Amino acid sequence: MPVLVLLDHEGGAIKQPSRSAVAAASRLGEVHALIVGEAIGPAATAAARLPGVAKVLAAEDASLAHALAEPLADLLVALAPGYTHLLAAATAAGKNVMPRAAALLDVQPISDIAGVVDADTFIRPIYAGNALATVRSRDACKVITVRAASFDPVPTEGGAAPVERIGAPAAAHGARFVSAELSKTERPELTAARVVISGGRGMQSGENFKLLEPIADRLGAAIGASRAAVDAGFVPNDFQVGQTGKVVAPDLYVAVGISGAIQHLAGMKDSKVIVAINKDGEAPIFQVADYGLVADLFAALPELARELEKSP
Amino acid sequence: MKVLVPVKRVVDYNVKVRVRADGSGVETAGVKMSMNPFDEIAVEEAIRLKEKGVAGEIIAASLGVAACAETLRTALAMGADRGILVETDVELQPLAVAKLLKALAEREGPRLIILGKQAIDDDMNATGQMLAALLGWPQGTFASRLVIDGDTATVTREVDGGLETVVLTLPAVVTTDLRLNEPRYASLPNIMKARRKPIETLTPAALAVDPAPRLALVSVAEPPRRQAGRKVGSVAELVQKLRTEAKVI
Ligand SMILES: Cc1cc2nc3c(=O)[nH]c(=O)nc-3n(C[C@H](O)[C@H](O)[C@H](O)COP(=O)(O)OP(=O)(O)OC[C@H]3O[C@@H](n4cnc5c(N)ncnc54)[C@H](O)[C@@H]3O)c2cc1C
Ligand SMILES: Nc1ncnc2c1ncn2[C@@H]1O[C@H](COP(=O)(O)O)[C@@H](O)[C@H]1O
Repeated sequence: MPVLVLLDHEGGAIKQPSRSAVAAASRLGEVHALIVGEAIGPAATAAARLPGVAKVLAAEDASLAHALAEPLADLLVALAPGYTHLLAAATAAGKNVMPRAAALLDVQPISDIAGVVDADTFIRPIYAGNALATVRSRDACKVITVRAASFDPVPTEGGAAPVERIGAPAAAHGARFVSAELSKTERPELTAARVVISGGRGMQSGENFKLLEPIADRLGAAIGASRAAVDAGFVPNDFQVGQTGKVVAPDLYVAVGISGAIQHLAGMKDSKVIVAINKDGEAPIFQVADYGLVADLFAALPELARELEKSP
Repeated sequence: MKVLVPVKRVVDYNVKVRVRADGSGVETAGVKMSMNPFDEIAVEEAIRLKEKGVAGEIIAASLGVAACAETLRTALAMGADRGILVETDVELQPLAVAKLLKALAEREGPRLIILGKQAIDDDMNATGQMLAALLGWPQGTFASRLVIDGDTATVTREVDGGLETVVLTLPAVVTTDLRLNEPRYASLPNIMKARRKPIETLTPAALAVDPAPRLALVSVAEPPRRQAGRKVGSVAELVQKLRTEAKVI
């Protein structure tokens, strides 16, 4: 039997974390992709082009427009008998719906896998990534969310799968979408960026986050933050990197004015190269940083921006 | 309106856990235990609803070993009215927890159940969604704002791109995100008062739930340790190293 991957999409494109979920799913069997929502034609076409996808199921229905967990879980449950595994990226949408579907199937979900050992056995971080558990599922159908940062995404092109239209269940279960207030940015998404530069409490204000911008512009970086910076209202919630925010593993992660609490490290310590800029030479962030600069960020950031402007 | 708040006893968030040498798990002996931080936020939210006159009785429930009674005392000291301990030495996974909580919900009849979004030990982020499914109730996960108005709950959710607002018809399940509120500390008089608040003890058998885990733990390993790097002397040196040594810019 094949495996089914629920894909997040936006503007007719498949989101990068979902392409990582496809990569994980490819290790388990033939991959079918599920696209839900309204006006999903372009997204279904994009899904069909992903290498490794053998078939796309497209469920177009107003009830699925905002990926509400209640109708979406019912749809997954209806499809489950044809699949050994149901997967989604461990994004806000995936984390919202997959456990709900699992409960309806009487299955214990396997959250946030960072490795596939075999079709029943998976590696997942626990205790904010301070330990890696290998777990084996005894359930007939495995319900899984995938830690995108742990699997290289499949490319956007290369496949040519057929698209099959399917029906959607009608029940809404008493939940209604009202509105979304999404941050707009020209920058790459945090979970997809090759370079991330994050600010912490040391930034002191939202205004000061502007100091990161010329550097981010120059490096094509996404901007992130520690929880303290988000809680203080410097930046929106979706900037948060960490155990309970986003998990990123870019080629380069620059932590500015961040102390390096384990909950923050949980979200970035798998980055290839880590740079820390902090005025406290004893800050724990230096224990994971490949390059540490002990400096006042208000002097270091403008200097870094200037230095990057110079051609190598 | 009764509110049920499940509270989990976990290794305190300040503790740096160590993996046991034999790979059988993490060392929990002699380690400081606390209420899961997200559950403190859930208790706080329930108390605020009560203070606004929206919620009536607040029932805290904790599932696990006998020592979970301490976690319930913390919830009672914060302001919950009574506690239920479902006592078992079996390792409880979210599916079993959700089944046990469903049984408690059917017994107690809450209109609202507020859970943490995630337990910081197993990092599952699953129980609330599963409980909502088993009860057939709507769910408002990762809540940063909750407004109860008559028969509905308006929940602002922290999602990947920002915020999203949904309206749920009660009864409903809500899971807390970090910015929903800032939990209060229990005052000394309230800690004293909490000693006299009732805690009922039940078992999975009494609730007719098989709590056996579905995921077998094969092993637990230490994550690969990062090599501590080195300090650079200047911004110019940093940029030069990133260009020529790390080759990432
Ligand atoms: C349940 C739970 C979940 C959590 N989840 C997360 C999470 O997902 N992500 C997360 O980040 N945190 C999380 N936290 C919070 C975490 O424990 C820390 O409190 C937080 O990461 C601290 O943020 P910070 O490093 O910005 O602030 P601080 O710890 O206050 O550090 C600020 C740093 O800035 C430096 N600094 C100050 N001024 C300057 C200057 N002028 N120049 C240079 N350096 C300067 C200081 O030396 C200091 O090291 C969580 C906590 C809990 C309890
Ligand atoms: N053993 C337990 N006792 C009480 N509540 C629990 C227990 N396990 C999980 N929960 C609740 O479910 C939430 C999410 O846990 P999890 O799905 O394990 O990440 C927690 O924040 C608690 O509110």
